[in-house]
Amino acid sequence: MAMIWAIADTEFRILRRNRWLIIATALLASFALALTLAGATTSGALGVDLLTVSVASMTTLAVYLVPLVALLMSFEAIAGEAERGSLALVLTYPVSRGALLAGKFTAHLAGLAIAVTVGFGLAGVLAFALGGAGAESFMALGRLIAGSILLGASFLAFGYVISSLSRSVASAAGGAGFVWLILVVLYDLVLLALVVWDNGGVFSREFFPWVLAANPADALRLFSVTSSADQALATGMGVAAAALPKGAGLLSLLLWPLAGLALARFVFGRKIP
Amino acid sequence: MTDKAVLTVEALTRRFKGGGGVTGISLQVGAGERVALLGHNGAGKSTLMKGILGLLPIDSGDVLVAGHKIGSAAARAAVAYLPEAVAFHPALTGREQLRLFAKLARVPRGEAENLLDKVGLTHAADRRIGTYSKGMRQRLGMAQVFLGKPALALLDEPTSGLDPIARHDLYQLIDALAAQGTGVMIASHALTEIEARTDRIAILRDGRLQADAPLNVLYARAGLPIRIRLQAERDAGALYAQFGGQRVNGAKVEFAVPQGAKMACLAEIAAMGTAVRDVEIIPPSLEDLYRHYSKVEAVPWQ
Repeated sequence: MAMIWAIADTEFRILRRNRWLIIATALLASFALALTLAGATTSGALGVDLLTVSVASMTTLAVYLVPLVALLMSFEAIAGEAERGSLALVLTYPVSRGALLAGKFTAHLAGLAIAVTVGFGLAGVLAFALGGAGAESFMALGRLIAGSILLGASFLAFGYVISSLSRSVASAAGGAGFVWLILVVLYDLVLLALVVWDNGGVFSREFFPWVLAANPADALRLFSVTSSADQALATGMGVAAAALPKGAGLLSLLLWPLAGLALARFVFGRKIP
Repeated sequence: MTDKAVLTVEALTRRFKGGGGVTGISLQVGAGERVALLGHNGAGKSTLMKGILGLLPIDSGDVLVAGHKIGSAAARAAVAYLPEAVAFHPALTGREQLRLFAKLARVPRGEAENLLDKVGLTHAADRRIGTYSKGMRQRLGMAQVFLGKPALALLDEPTSGLDPIARHDLYQLIDALAAQGTGVMIASHALTEIEARTDRIAILRDGRLQADAPLNVLYARAGLPIRIRLQAERDAGALYAQFGGQRVNGAKVEFAVPQGAKMACLAEIAAMGTAVRDVEIIPPSLEDLYRHYSKVEAVPWQ
C-alpha cells in the first residue's frame, strides 16, 4: 500500500508539472461555462431551469471530452516508461506490476476527478448565480460529475491497455486516438444507422438499448440524463432508458473500469520491458 | 573469484524466434568482484542481464542471486540494475526520483539524501531531470544502484556516450560499489577502460560464452604475438632482411614475435649493435584479445 501511494504521489506530481491537470480543468471548465451561458437564452422556452438544460448539454460534452482527457493522461503511462528505459528499471525493484498500475491509476483518477469536479462544478455555480438552479438539477449535476469520473476511469484503464500493447509512445498515441474514435464517435454513428435501417423493428426495440448501455460513453448518457423526466425530455434518451432495467447505465459505468483495469493488468503482466 | 558467489548462472538459455538470444551460459560473480561482460551488439549481453533480472522469461537454466531464485522478492531486493541509456521522467527532480526508488527499495529516505551527495548531485538535487546532462543522469542512475547495498549490480553500458571526465567519475563510483562488497557485472564496449577496472572478463559471441577469466589468464591462453618495432640508424634494409615483417617510413621495420620467442629475438636485436637506433615492444592490446576470443578476422596490421 505504501508503494502504491509513493507511485501515485510521484505520478500526480508529474501530472501537475507537465500542466496536464490545469489544461484538463481549463478545457472542461471553459466548455461547461460556455454551454451554461448558451443555455441561459433557451431555458425559458423549454420550461425547465437553466442548470437542467446545462447538464443535458454538458453530458454530451462529457461523453466526448472526458474519454479524450482520460486517454491523453494514460496512453503514455507504460509505453513512455518503456521508451525511456525506466520501466525495466522499476520492474527490478521489489514492487508488483499490479501496484505500479494501481499507483498510476490512483494519480490519474485523482487528476481527472479534480478536472471534472472543478469544470462542471463551476457551471453549476454560474447557473445558480444566474438564478436557474434547483435541488433536483443540482442532483443531476452531481450524477453527471460522478458518472463522468466513472467514465474517465474506464478510459484511463483502456489507455493503460493500449500503452502496454504499444511498442512506442507514438503508436500508443495513435492507438488512443483510434479507440476514442471507435468507442465515442463511430459506435454511435453505427447504432444510429442500424436504428434507421431497422425502422422500429426488433433491433430497435430489443437490442438497441442494451448495445447502448454496453458502451461506457453511452452508459453515461443513460445514467446522467434519464434520471429525471425533464432531463429525459431534453435529450430524447427516455425511450431507450425505459426499455432497460433501472440502473443499467450505472452498472455499465461501474463494471467497465473494473474490466478495463483487469485487462490492463493482464496485458501489462505479459509485457517484456 | 572470491569465496562467496552473489550470482550463479547455470546453463541459462533464452532463444528468440527471429534468432538471437543466449545459449547455455554458466558463470559466477563473487562478492566485491568486478566482471566485464564484453560482446558485439546482438551478442546477447542485454538478454543475459534481463534474464538474470527476471525481466525476460528464460527457456531453461538456473539463476541464483545471493542464493535466491530469480523473480522472487528476495532476489529482486538483492539486485540493482542500471539500464543502458536510461532516462528518468524529465519533469521530476533528482531528489524526487531517488526518493521514489528508495521507497520502492524499502530503504529509509535519509539514504537517498546521502547517495545524492555521494554521486555529487546535491547541488542539482532540486532541479528537474530534464535539465541534467547525460553524465548527471548516469550518476543519478548509479545513485539508485547503491540503494539498499545490493549484493549484485548489473550495469548495462554504463559509460556509453559519456565524456572522459564523466566516465572517470562513473568508474570511481563502480569501484566504490565493489569496495562495499557488491558484485558488479558491467556490459561494455569500452574495451580499454575495462582493462584497468575489472577483475575478470567474460566474452559473449552469438549468445555463447567464449571466455571467462582474469585478463592475464586470457592473454596467456590466447598466446597472441608481440609486435616489435625497430628504428634503423640509416637504412632499414638490413633490418628487414634479418627480421622480415613490414617496412614503415623507410627507416622502420615492424614484425610479430610469438610470446615464447621474445627474449631470443631481443638478444638478436642487441647483437646488431648500432644498426638499430631504437626498439619498441608492443604487447597485444585488449582489442586484439577481444578479437581473438570473438573470432573476428583482425584487420592486417599496418
